[in-house]
Amino acid sequence: MGLEEYKGVYIYAQQVDNQISPIAFELIGKAKELASDLGTDVTAVLLGSNVKGLVDELAEYGADKVIVVDDPELETYRTEPYAHALAAVINEYKPEIMLVGATAIGRDLGPTVSARVKTGLTADCTVLEIGDFPLNPTPGQEQKHNQLLMTRPAFGGNTIATIACPDNRPQMATVRPGVMQKLPREAGRKAEVIDYNPGFTPNNRYVEILNVVKAVGSVKNIMDAKILVSGGRGVGSKENFAILEELADVLGGMVSCSRAVVENGWLAQDYQVGQTGKTVRPNVYFAIGISGAIQHVAGMEESDIIIAINKDEDAPIFDVADYGLVGDLNKIVPQLTAALKAELGK
Amino acid sequence: MKIVVCIKQVPDTKGGVKFNPDGTLDRAAMLAIMNPDDKAGLEAALRIKDETGAEVTVLTMGLPKADDVLREALAMGADNAILVTDRVLGGADTWATSTTIAGALRNIDYDLIITGRQAIDGDTAQVGPQIAEHLGLPVISYAEEIKVEGDSVVVKRQYEDRYHEIKAKMPCLITALSELNVPRYMTPGGIFDAYEKEVTVWGRPDLKDVDDSNLGLKGSPTKIAKASDKVRKGAGEKVNLDPTESVSYLMDKLKEKHVI
Repeated sequence: MGLEEYKGVYIYAQQVDNQISPIAFELIGKAKELASDLGTDVTAVLLGSNVKGLVDELAEYGADKVIVVDDPELETYRTEPYAHALAAVINEYKPEIMLVGATAIGRDLGPTVSARVKTGLTADCTVLEIGDFPLNPTPGQEQKHNQLLMTRPAFGGNTIATIACPDNRPQMATVRPGVMQKLPREAGRKAEVIDYNPGFTPNNRYVEILNVVKAVGSVKNIMDAKILVSGGRGVGSKENFAILEELADVLGGMVSCSRAVVENGWLAQDYQVGQTGKTVRPNVYFAIGISGAIQHVAGMEESDIIIAINKDEDAPIFDVADYGLVGDLNKIVPQLTAALKAELGK
Repeated sequence: MKIVVCIKQVPDTKGGVKFNPDGTLDRAAMLAIMNPDDKAGLEAALRIKDETGAEVTVLTMGLPKADDVLREALAMGADNAILVTDRVLGGADTWATSTTIAGALRNIDYDLIITGRQAIDGDTAQVGPQIAEHLGLPVISYAEEIKVEGDSVVVKRQYEDRYHEIKAKMPCLITALSELNVPRYMTPGGIFDAYEKEVTVWGRPDLKDVDDSNLGLKGSPTKIAKASDKVRKGAGEKVNLDPTESVSYLMDKLKEKHVI
């Protein structure tokens, strides 16, 4: 394999219902940095049906080129036609780096495509940079330059590994949503548009979608919230989440929760933070009546400010909290809401 | 109908996570368990067995001690167990792991393969879809419900804000979410039987249509440049005051940090 034939930083521009997902812009933002270090440009790969209208938005957020595969087979996400399309783009245009969002789509598409094009894939990356592999010169081993170094947490966030893919191309990574920064939108910016269609022949791997059911009430995503008021088992009941709602309302934030709350049926899984839920990085994270199990902490510890309220002064949540209040949430939370209302003049 | 469930033995992170004094993880002090998503996949297979009399085989790749999770699966009701173990398979990334498991599965008849979505030690969610790719099977990831209808499966496939109801013809591969069900316990009789049963052990020579260059550490495209246990963010301030004082303390901090 001639590795030097592979050029350019590519990102998978995920769209759902013909709307670009925020992760696509975040990937472009990071890809621009990597491309600048490598002296190359950024290509967005857009797959879908009737998606041409989305090209300008990708350009305005920084894509230099957009490869569009527009085909009726790609109307709704299915592993097979999408993997076929993305693998065909990789084989045709040979990117040195291919970034995919670590979404419920990307974590299915990424592994399928990486196995198809016979390269490595590093999952759920939180840091991407260009550097040498091995990191330091090692006797008897060639040190390769301009490699993609992919850093990811593992073991529920307890270990951190930096991974390279020195001998295969493209270097593929899925990237956690909400971690990379998108660039400011530049109105009127244009990209070079390349139409490509590898042809689609349905086979046994084309599954049939019988039904698409959108979750009721999930109007907002907790991953987009700047302030999260998160409750755990200690809140005690579904009804008692009302005091958390009031606090969230006065701060313009959202309510989220721990796994125990979902298991008790107090809130829907859309609101769950943690290893089996969502990873969030708000400006302020209130952990109220949450003990701080490792799986939960893995999903929120990158928050800028963590405030814990818990009656158990030995709760592990205090080990990651910037400010910890030991006490009864039923007394503290309503008083805090009242104080904030007075302060903010609401 | 024949179902193969791929399972993995992982260190338990739930509740019993232990740290060394320097803040790194004390792996030796942690128990090894059956990965939760895999266990849900096994339960789903056993429910199909309860309804249709399907034959359920569990397969794992790992160290010889992974025999423990196979015995647990047998005690829950699996019919057969296969352990794929060989020194040359060590250090495998997801590519090499999926290549190995696919090589083992080529020896077995199956209608349905179920894997967990992801293992709690690596959290990659890659091995299931990659096995399907190596075997040329349809894959349905993130299953929160599985039904068998004739020669097809109908699966509720979870996304962030919706689910798709998907129908696929067997043979196919499904990756299971732990939300799928609550796995059954082992029965006393099952535990007794599990230790009577034979676990099939396969090594490198038993893998079919697999090249040495795709196995183990050497056959892994991804290489670890650096690994470290994360030293956890230290605790901040903790106060134990009456509620009114707590609130005024916090209000001061929120102002200091320009939150309000």
